[in-house]
Amino acid sequence: MKNQETMKKVFMYSFLILTSVMFFFPFYFLIISITNPSIDITRGRLLPGTHFIENFRTMIETSLLSRAVINSTIVSFGQTILSIFVSSLAGYGFEVHKSRGKEIVYNMVLLSMMIPFAALMVPLFRLFGTISEVAPIFGIDTLFGVILPYVSTAFLIFFFRQNTKMFPKELLEAGRIDGLSELGLFLKIYMPTMKTTYAAAGIVTFMGAWNNFLWPLVILQSPRNFTVPLVISAMGSGYLIDFGAVMIAIFFTTIPTAIIFFVLQKHFVAGMVGSIK
Amino acid sequence: MSSSLSKFSKNESSVQKKNHNTVSSDNIAVKNKGMGKLERNRVIMSWTFVIIPTFFILLFYFYPMVQAFWLSLHTGAGVNLTFTGFDNYRRLFSDQAFIAALTNTFIFLVFQIPLMIILALVFSVILNQKTLKLKGIFRTLVFLPSITSLVAYSLVFRYLFSNNGIVNQILMGINLIDSPVLWLGDPFWARVLIIIAITWRWTGYNMIFYLSALQNVSPSIYEAARIDGASAVQQFFKITIPMLRPVILFTSITSTIGTLQLFDEPMNLTGGGPGNATTTLSQYIYNLSFQFTPNFGYASAVSYTIVVFVVILSAIQFRLGRERK
Repeated sequence: MKNQETMKKVFMYSFLILTSVMFFFPFYFLIISITNPSIDITRGRLLPGTHFIENFRTMIETSLLSRAVINSTIVSFGQTILSIFVSSLAGYGFEVHKSRGKEIVYNMVLLSMMIPFAALMVPLFRLFGTISEVAPIFGIDTLFGVILPYVSTAFLIFFFRQNTKMFPKELLEAGRIDGLSELGLFLKIYMPTMKTTYAAAGIVTFMGAWNNFLWPLVILQSPRNFTVPLVISAMGSGYLIDFGAVMIAIFFTTIPTAIIFFVLQKHFVAGMVGSIK
Repeated sequence: MSSSLSKFSKNESSVQKKNHNTVSSDNIAVKNKGMGKLERNRVIMSWTFVIIPTFFILLFYFYPMVQAFWLSLHTGAGVNLTFTGFDNYRRLFSDQAFIAALTNTFIFLVFQIPLMIILALVFSVILNQKTLKLKGIFRTLVFLPSITSLVAYSLVFRYLFSNNGIVNQILMGINLIDSPVLWLGDPFWARVLIIIAITWRWTGYNMIFYLSALQNVSPSIYEAARIDGASAVQQFFKITIPMLRPVILFTSITSTIGTLQLFDEPMNLTGGGPGNATTTLSQYIYNLSFQFTPNFGYASAVSYTIVVFVVILSAIQFRLGRERK
């Protein structure tokens, strides 16, 4: 019996160690590769080299990555702030002031979760073509255009509504007696109380925006407007690929998401699983 | 989750019909009850809170969907569109590239999702054990791929799995293969590579859902099963899976919808190749609209097939999940 227990343990730990190595291996390869010349990366060298500075220089000289980092930062922060504000307004409205009419609107909002983005890219591109004619700064090849379709999403509205169920409504009564308007209640009582919900929603949205590829690829045309994934994708599919430069670009643009994950792990997980509770 | 989903499907059909009737009756109700002016302002404000986001969803989701259908009945490049009825849909059946993309998408769906879900369940059960050492580290390592951008990890995988890349070297080193596997050049292995890559990226993500659900399962249930002599495998199938059914359902729906729209990986890892071996529906729509001579009408017809599949598959999975209750 005891022998069997030990066997089970040995088996379990070997499974865990083996799979963990497999899950971590691509990260190890990435970290090692930023120090190796292009040729060694294709050969799969697994030891650190001395080519870090050259790789960095090549990346700066041959790609628009620094510009892309600025663009991605604008898009990610813009999208996060706008969308969590707009979507939380809806979550608050649906949950605090319930009515039959709102339930119907809410169900329609949820229905949009079923619409796959792949089906939207063509008509959205045409829609932004029209927007370009009226207000060029919101149209095709602009950072606003990247953000706009995500300002209000069913997922975030759903997420905020679910979390608002736990919100203590008595706080609002107190605010009403103090004569706060509905917007005042939202800004001065609801938002500060729901800080952790905002943090969770904000992180998930930020990561999604930072890593988004398809829609920016469709709507952005000039390389100076490209976001990080577009530049990295372009670097990786050129004729003369410098693998070291690509690796270093990937490394530096993964760091922000890694930092967010390690620093805000709790909120991160809350943002992921919070919607299904 | 399950309660909201049931609400969701119940009202689906009645949504459009009732919409504006109720909006007006709502305001009338407010007046009739003779609420104070202040209270009426609050109701109006709460509607404003709701209407602005809903407007964006109408504009950027529902209006484009209607547009896409209209487009799918037309043909021609750019703005010179002519009405062709259902010709675009008829063309789908004889379009080899479309059939290839559809087949690929379904291959990924059928093989990758069960593999990933089982793997994620196994990890979550193992990593949920109280006595396990270094739990936190193992969890972090399995989850870490989920923070990477799809473009970035696809490129790293392309180098890992190149012909003389490190994976082939290791496999040859341990004598598993004699000559390098052509991961990017052989249709079969290219598909396997996509499945490996997606599994690497998403297993930890799904595991987190199962882990958080397992925390709500009382350890005494497992205790009782052990006393009754149930093996670990029996416990897994008889307790863990039934207890986690709603979460498994949720993750399989989101994974299905995700896989139906697979784009970043084939685009950056295999380029859809070799030939059309890993081209997905999303990628085909993108190519039709923005790579080849733009044919928005036909691309829209292809995109409607994805919509149909998303709706049907979600419905099936939801039905299955409810029946076994």
